[in-house]
Amino acid sequence: MSLNALLGDYTLQNVVMGAAMLGLVSGVLGCFAVLRKQSLLGDTLSHAALPGVCLGFIIAGGREMGSILAGALFTGSLAALVMLLLTRMSRLKTDAALGISLSVFFAIGVVLLTYIQGTGNASQGGLDAFLFGQAAATLRSDLWIMAGVSGVALVLVGGLWKEFKLVSFDAEFAATQGLPVTLLEALMTVMIALAVVVGLQMVGVVLMAAMVIAPAVAARQWANKLETMVMLSALFGIVGGVTGALISALGPGLATGPLIILSLSSVVLVSLLFAPHRGFVWEILKLQRDRRQLRHQRVLTTLYQLASHHADRQYRSEKRMVDAYLGTDSRRALERLTARGLITQQTPPSHEPGDHKRWVLTPEGCREAERILDDLGRGGRA
Amino acid sequence: MSEQLHEPDLALHVEDLTVSYHGKPVLWDIDFDVPPGVMAAIVGPNGAGKSTLIKSILGLVPSVAGHVTLHGRPYRQARRRVGYVPQRSTVDWDFPTTAQDVVGMGLYGRLGWLRRPGRRERHEAMQALEMVGMDGFADRQISQLSGGQQQRVFLARALVQKADVYFLDEPMAGVDATTERAIVDILRRLRDQGKTVIVVHHDLQTVRSYFDWMLMLNVRVIAQGPVNDVYTADNLRRAYGGQIALLDDVTGVIPAERELAGQRPETRTQESREEVPR
Repeated sequence: MSLNALLGDYTLQNVVMGAAMLGLVSGVLGCFAVLRKQSLLGDTLSHAALPGVCLGFIIAGGREMGSILAGALFTGSLAALVMLLLTRMSRLKTDAALGISLSVFFAIGVVLLTYIQGTGNASQGGLDAFLFGQAAATLRSDLWIMAGVSGVALVLVGGLWKEFKLVSFDAEFAATQGLPVTLLEALMTVMIALAVVVGLQMVGVVLMAAMVIAPAVAARQWANKLETMVMLSALFGIVGGVTGALISALGPGLATGPLIILSLSSVVLVSLLFAPHRGFVWEILKLQRDRRQLRHQRVLTTLYQLASHHADRQYRSEKRMVDAYLGTDSRRALERLTARGLITQQTPPSHEPGDHKRWVLTPEGCREAERILDDLGRGGRA
Repeated sequence: MSEQLHEPDLALHVEDLTVSYHGKPVLWDIDFDVPPGVMAAIVGPNGAGKSTLIKSILGLVPSVAGHVTLHGRPYRQARRRVGYVPQRSTVDWDFPTTAQDVVGMGLYGRLGWLRRPGRRERHEAMQALEMVGMDGFADRQISQLSGGQQQRVFLARALVQKADVYFLDEPMAGVDATTERAIVDILRRLRDQGKTVIVVHHDLQTVRSYFDWMLMLNVRVIAQGPVNDVYTADNLRRAYGGQIALLDDVTGVIPAERELAGQRPETRTQESREEVPR
């Protein structure tokens, strides 16, 4: 397909718009879920949506989008409630409660799904697409539903920004400020359920959790403020969604949902590796920089101490003496220090035997060495 | 004013307060009064319910029975007059936000719905940061602050509330001597302005030099009142049990209590249950 034909393709337009919207809303809401340590809530909600999808299908007697989404929202919220009750009433911790309600609801969903398939209902075809998503089936009317849901969620986040922020950071303090913490937490959970419902059709219940978690995790790596994090997360969500949709359109019949998740995962990977201050590569580079600096400082102070030992600031040290003292080859460190103007190379008078490459501290080098030694708390001894 | 105030002359009045957790009383029949303008310590062994007492006063933990008034009014009506510094370990310090932003959170209650913090709020937050000597760190990401600095930020968040009664939950835990000194100075300044400061405190060695009022607690109230009346060998023995058997008289308290500090039971009970593992 040529690019022009691609852009004009009606189905693709729908898919791209839907993926972008889904990325936006799950990116924004995912931030709060991740910061509240409820990343897996999205997973539970999406798996628990499956029985709702089936119930909606049974009640409507066919593949009616409205009733399917309503059913998904209902069982998803029910699962969240069960999870909450389990943690409050029993001694189960959150992770166990999430796991239990996830598996129970998903099992019910699969049972219902096989039941529907057994009834031989003519319109049942494609219901199992909710497992892994079927983006190509997105209709313009679905887009309107998605837009409405996303709009509500974004308006709520905008309007209750500082309340959501405080509850996510310090719920107890929020309560002392007079905020209705339980209500706000429930609202955040319902909104995540909404995002999940929005994404069911495109990404499917199995992979939807990644849609909520991935953009937020990636954004956290680059941002130091919640505002930046949420905006970056929304951006990552949109980019991931659109990229996945386009790749699947270019390739021969590749599934859109998993490709969206894979594009998002590559953003996460890059962020985990390269983000300043938090990325692996950044940390490794920082470690090497620190080591190099330490080596330079040791060479410099060694030269300084040799000079003070001889009571001669112009003392010409031999490289091998420094090497022997430090137990490593100091050639590169000496070169770098020369480049920084802290030491110079001097040739001794020709009548003096021995190595002709000698190193002398410059006045700046002296000051720098004194500063380093002062920092170490030993004081200068020149 | 036609409003009926209950014990208006007391900054804090707690009567018959009982809290139970999984069917076990954590606090039993607490009567606790603090006059205005004092610095009061709540001390007791681990599991005595010190943090729970503060939390139930603030309505964060439901109580089974009893009532609480602050300057004569129930907590819900007196909320604006109360500042709270929770334990530092209860929040995730990797949250993406700055020191100034955290301090600004102390003003959210006053701001009300839909209003965002503006220039005035930022200014107030800066003033509070200056008071705790952290104005140079206003834009610092909170994960990059040391433990003592984080504690000061939390204190600033309470200061910005301009409250009359302050509750602090172990503000001196895990901070260095300099920070401890600074925190005590700030609390004293508050007291000298006529505010009431109520602190959960762990260190018996410093309690007499820092505080002028004291509650000794071990599920029940052991004793309360001016520090010098309460800090007796007998009361310590009753609060801390057998560990205090070394004590014979108050003058002998100092070496013995060092012993005691070293013997803090490591089994962490009630209080640590709310702590978030880092």
